[in-house]
Amino acid sequence: MKKGHILGLGIIAIAIVIIMTSIGDASSYEDFNTALEMKQSGDDKAIHVVGQLKKDETGEVVGLNVREDKVSFTFVLVDNNGTEQEVFYNEPVPADFTRSESVVVIGAYKNEEIFVADKILMKCPSKYQETEVQAAGM
Amino acid sequence: MIDTFIGNFGHLMAIVAFISALITAFAYYNYYQANEIDKQSWRRFSRISFTIHGVSTVMIAVSLFTIIYNHRFEYFYAYSHSSKALPVHYMISSFWEGQEGAFILWMFWNVILGAFLIKINRVWEAPVMIVFALVQAFLVSMILGVVIGDLKIGSSPFILLRDATQAPIFQVNPDFIPEDGTGLNPLLQNIWMVIHPPTLFLGYASTLVPFAFLMAGLWTKKYSEWIRPALPWAIFSAMILGMGIIMGAYWAYVTLNFGGYWNWDPVENAVYVPWLILVASIHTMITFKKSATALKTSIVLVILSFILVLYATFLVRSGVLGDASVHSFTDLGLSGQLLIYMLFFLLVATVLAVKAWKHIPSSEREASVYSREFWIFIGATTLGLMAFQVILPTSIPAYNALIESFGGISNMAPPADQVEFYTKFQLWFAVALALLTAVGQFFWWQKMDKQTLKNTLITPYIISVLISAAIIVLAKVYDWKYIILVIAGTFTIVANATILSKILKKSTFKLAGGSLAHIGLGMVLIGIMFSSGYSDVISINMSGLTYSNSWEDEMNKEHVLLWINKPTQMKDYTVIYRGRHKKVVGVPDYVPAKLLESTGEVNMALAKADYKDYFKKGEKVEIVLEENDYFQIDYYQNEVLKFSLNPMSQFNEGMGGLISSPDSKIYLNKDLYTYVAAMNDYEDPDWKEDEIYEVAPGEQFHVADFVTYFDGAEVMQEIDGYVLQEGDIAVKAKLRILDYDVEKILEPTFIIRNNQVGKLAVTDEELGLRVSLENILPEENKFVFKVNQYQKDYVVMKAIVKPYINVLWVGTIIMLIGFTVAIVRRFDEFKKMRDKGLEV
Repeated sequence: MKKGHILGLGIIAIAIVIIMTSIGDASSYEDFNTALEMKQSGDDKAIHVVGQLKKDETGEVVGLNVREDKVSFTFVLVDNNGTEQEVFYNEPVPADFTRSESVVVIGAYKNEEIFVADKILMKCPSKYQETEVQAAGM
Repeated sequence: MIDTFIGNFGHLMAIVAFISALITAFAYYNYYQANEIDKQSWRRFSRISFTIHGVSTVMIAVSLFTIIYNHRFEYFYAYSHSSKALPVHYMISSFWEGQEGAFILWMFWNVILGAFLIKINRVWEAPVMIVFALVQAFLVSMILGVVIGDLKIGSSPFILLRDATQAPIFQVNPDFIPEDGTGLNPLLQNIWMVIHPPTLFLGYASTLVPFAFLMAGLWTKKYSEWIRPALPWAIFSAMILGMGIIMGAYWAYVTLNFGGYWNWDPVENAVYVPWLILVASIHTMITFKKSATALKTSIVLVILSFILVLYATFLVRSGVLGDASVHSFTDLGLSGQLLIYMLFFLLVATVLAVKAWKHIPSSEREASVYSREFWIFIGATTLGLMAFQVILPTSIPAYNALIESFGGISNMAPPADQVEFYTKFQLWFAVALALLTAVGQFFWWQKMDKQTLKNTLITPYIISVLISAAIIVLAKVYDWKYIILVIAGTFTIVANATILSKILKKSTFKLAGGSLAHIGLGMVLIGIMFSSGYSDVISINMSGLTYSNSWEDEMNKEHVLLWINKPTQMKDYTVIYRGRHKKVVGVPDYVPAKLLESTGEVNMALAKADYKDYFKKGEKVEIVLEENDYFQIDYYQNEVLKFSLNPMSQFNEGMGGLISSPDSKIYLNKDLYTYVAAMNDYEDPDWKEDEIYEVAPGEQFHVADFVTYFDGAEVMQEIDGYVLQEGDIAVKAKLRILDYDVEKILEPTFIIRNNQVGKLAVTDEELGLRVSLENILPEENKFVFKVNQYQKDYVVMKAIVKPYINVLWVGTIIMLIGFTVAIVRRFDEFKKMRDKGLEV
């Protein structure tokens, strides 16, 4: 076998390793039911859940519970199937958190009661919609 | 009055630019095909056409800037990206805040580059400019804003606000013009927003140059000659793009609170990947010039780097990333157009390359392990694999979108911990690169066999092991992965420094580009290893609070809660939060916010007290961006104040809440990086129930937790801000409240007029107290105070020590210098050959 071939095989092997790890390490979008099933079957992998903050009739966010030292908090997230779940986040409340339209939590169930988010992504009302409201208000 | 002229003019210029780009391409095609007689006139026509295109492109930019500069808020672009309060340099930033402006910037650079190429190239003008003109046609189409039936081509920056929004006001009054715009995103109001985008877009634009030369070469059957004119441009492009990336990283580090300089965010990855490929292509092109191998690899890499820039643009601007990125770009409906743009050039390049493939000379001889070609090839491959490893997961959102567009369902998400995921590969690739650059450079400069290799490598190897040992011991690097990285980084620095000194001794500095860039690389690696691998969060919460859940206790709380004036231990420091401050024009230090009273006028405040020699009570002072609060945090060691940091935050309603900006203490060997993660909101306090205290003058008592002295009361003849009438009695009580080392005086006032009682309460926002003098009981010699509590002022802060981050910054600068030296050298080579008439 020529040196070039060995080299080629080596490159292909590394590329395959990269592809396999990318697939293996890729997370997935779940809802709270499937996430809980994963936890129960012993899978602790961090997954994405998309949802909205729980709100009362007047649109106020409910279930937000900031710890006394203000460095962590829990909140209630309603996923797209309507399942409510208490989520713990080990960071201070992001400033525009209650204004967010939708929230993506990345994490896993700690136990059957609580979901621990390692990271939160928020989708906020975009600047463009804000524009309309302001123009209308004038 | 709505001024439609300037918008219509800009729109017209966009159409002219689009059509003239197509004409230019057509004209240059004819110029190339024409016979000797017609050639002159076609050339003149082509150049005129390109000039028209260039001028109209500049006019598009001028029109848009005029709209912003003159505050024409009837235009959507000015309304949504600018405001009256912006100084001129931020108006320039507003220009490219929007995507349309960014495309204009890109087009502008292409015009400049194109004009430059026409001037300096003699033979390549026609075929290169065809590629340029076609690219320009695609770019202009992004801002064309032409609607044909249901087909919308481009998003014009010149549309009026009334056409862009459905606000009801326009039904009442179509000529309504808003008073002010919504402003530039405050995150972007800093010097980096002025210089970063032009740099990055020049980097993007310049990748077109080597690509255009390659396309020209393939088309005109000059399969290898394109390399010489293309090479200095490829290096230029890598330099500028690299500079753009570093600027972005530095910007993120100094003004955004992402917590660091690199987060493997899709938008960052999207620039990193083409840069890697570009660097790989430079190496293979240089190899080809030296030894006529690696031509095919160069061709593939140059095509890839250009297409990857387009792919990056597609990912970032088509909205396909959705919530996978912190940099959100609104989908302007350009995804289809961007996709066609990318696929068009991918197709053209592939077809040309495939057709030319069998004519492309390639060397049949097997590269020996002792040849430089072999090592360069391995290096380029490593860069390619690095790029592949990053682009693959970054494309997951695009992959999902693709599946869904065919009706499938894909719930794949990017890796949950991106930093860990990318690092575990990139770290080892980087080690490989460092070793390869060290060894490769020796192969490059001298002929090698087994014996000479051993002899040349042994000295740098020993030196670098010794230096690494010193670094490892002194800086306490005990992680085996990092030890390897330190050795590899040191090895590349030492080896390249050896080469550098040889070059400087024997020949000129002009040849030193490669070794300089590689020394820079070694330093970057070591700097990244220390500043990221050993970054240390020192703001661990020690509040000792016990949580309801036992698992919660085990989690590290990486923020500290700092109550105002209360000393808190944070690793080696005792830190004290000292309240909010503002920046005032003409005052070098930060001014306590409690000394300033809002006047209702933008950025103007009334001084409530004297401040040093800068202003007196009652004067009007000008604030630099009044939304900005600077939280002064004092750092003590052994009871001595060492320094203060002022991380900034801004509450901006329009931008969706709190925006934070870090502040760092920069030492030679480390940075202490801090930012505010949460703060007290005392705009609308939720006062607790009344507390009543009856106190005699001279008495000491407790208000909330504060030791308070009631020093006495006096009858006032006049009171600030209140007109006393004949027969009024005004009594002011003086309360001294102690909060740690701070003494505060609160003076509530009690007024009697015609048997009516008036009470002037005082509020102290920092202590979260409101005190009023409710009554005076002369017979008991007691005063009655009513106190309401809210909350003491506080901030929640994160503090991270990043060791040796300066090694990273210095390394990047050395690397950029290396690139610059290489550009000069390669451009000189090209010029010499051109002037000899050997351009091809």
